[in-house]
Amino acid sequence: MSSLLEVRGLSKRFGSVVTAENISFDVKQGTALGIVGPNGAGKSTLLSLITGVLPVDAGTITFDGRDITKERAANRTKAGIARSFQIPRPFVDMTVFENVYVGAAFGASQHGQVGYEAAARALETTGLLHLSEKPAGSLRLLDRKRLELARALATNPSLILLDEIAGGLTEKELPPLIELIRGLRDSGVTVVWIEHIVHALTAVVDELMCLALGRVLAIGDPHEVMRSPEVIEVYLGSTFDLGEVS
Amino acid sequence: MGWLNAVVQGVLLGGLYALLAAGLSLMFGVMRIVNLAHGVLAVVAAYMGYFLVDKLHWSAFLTLIVVIPAMAGIGYVLQLGLLNPALGRGGLAPILVTFGLAVVITNLLQQFFSADTHSIQTGTIATDSIHITDDISIGVFSLLTFVVGVVVIAGLQMYLSRTRGGRAMRATSDDKDAAQLMGIDNKRIYAKATAIALGIVGLAGVFLGMRTQFSPTAGDATLIFAFEAVIIGGLGSLWGTLIGGMVLGVAQAVGAQINPAYGILIGNLVFLAILAFRPTGLLQKAVNS
Repeated sequence: MSSLLEVRGLSKRFGSVVTAENISFDVKQGTALGIVGPNGAGKSTLLSLITGVLPVDAGTITFDGRDITKERAANRTKAGIARSFQIPRPFVDMTVFENVYVGAAFGASQHGQVGYEAAARALETTGLLHLSEKPAGSLRLLDRKRLELARALATNPSLILLDEIAGGLTEKELPPLIELIRGLRDSGVTVVWIEHIVHALTAVVDELMCLALGRVLAIGDPHEVMRSPEVIEVYLGSTFDLGEVS
Repeated sequence: MGWLNAVVQGVLLGGLYALLAAGLSLMFGVMRIVNLAHGVLAVVAAYMGYFLVDKLHWSAFLTLIVVIPAMAGIGYVLQLGLLNPALGRGGLAPILVTFGLAVVITNLLQQFFSADTHSIQTGTIATDSIHITDDISIGVFSLLTFVVGVVVIAGLQMYLSRTRGGRAMRATSDDKDAAQLMGIDNKRIYAKATAIALGIVGLAGVFLGMRTQFSPTAGDATLIFAFEAVIIGGLGSLWGTLIGGMVLGVAQAVGAQINPAYGILIGNLVFLAILAFRPTGLLQKAVNS
């Protein structure tokens, strides 16, 4: 299987704060990669670099065999990269339907009736169809998260980047979301999924990557990565660190 | 009773102010750009109209088919060449760029057309009027300006709410990063917004030139009236801009009725009162910072 996404030597800093330092990894076509790491590890920034909303300082991003490092964000969306934001950012003045339709119309170039149908399908998949005519600004958190996903799906992506889509959901709300993402992956969409809820990730992903301070700490089989001493240390902290804090 | 007449004339004058302000309102709404060159760009359009009428002997209204596209083209290039690069450099950069542009254009106009005042000759339409009562008569040109102002605002509003391009503009205005992730190229949307804004400025500028005399420095007052209309109505609201224009027009006309020298003063006072007591404007729309 070939790699859909190849990241090589990606670096980004904001002043003296390093958010990505020589990051390299591959995501194979039709697989799911999970990303874990403590807050400030540079997970969300990595997604912004891949989508092109932030320019890289160094490194290359290859998508579907094409170097897209310098490509504009809108063109990357059209090429098939979609992203959901950790903190939902709906277009608040538009209805839920319009939000999703924008993704279909511009991201997937599906206009008129075809676009309406694509938007309706994305809304149905995410369970938002009954809220179509509501202003997006009026949605509660769970529905806003669903809208993030619906909007991303409407752009007809071959690679979807999910940023803590399960964060803030209850244990009951989790299984349907996991099923949804598994279903996406199984239908051939390649998934990169940042999440703190590790058991949600391991239920779906084929590979897991742990980031800390902008570096790749470990990448590979999810269970092995979670067992690796470096990952345990950044996640749980050493006893020495605990002693120092208290 | 001259008062009722003053109110009617003020409302009609508001149509011109709304026309002058619509582009300012659009550019701020979509890009958060405060275009300080807006007034002088209207004057540029007036000079274009003057040139075509006076030197090439076109009829006044015919000039619009050249001036509007020309101004729109200038807007597109201006945005791509000057304003987009400035947008990534903090909030002050675009303001300084438009300020610098205003100074340069004003001086260029003085270079080419001298500091003399000019006006666009329109024939009898400038003086024709419709008799309503003994106290009130409406100038045909004033009425036409008003109608055009309302139509332009309504059309622009419809464009924003109903069409594909308008939807892209609203999405970009709301959250440009999220819009890019929907496949909308914000830089190109910005260029389109400025093209539309300056196209409307072209229309407004020619009407301004038909209505009053102008000189290269007329942009300052034009900018201030347009600003006042936008702020009175509420930043980011097009219907607000129309209402703001009418409020300003009525204030100026009623002020002038009290004393011919008070017109602009009363207009400014009403503007200041709105700023003091209702700083979000009459029809507010929350401005995302």
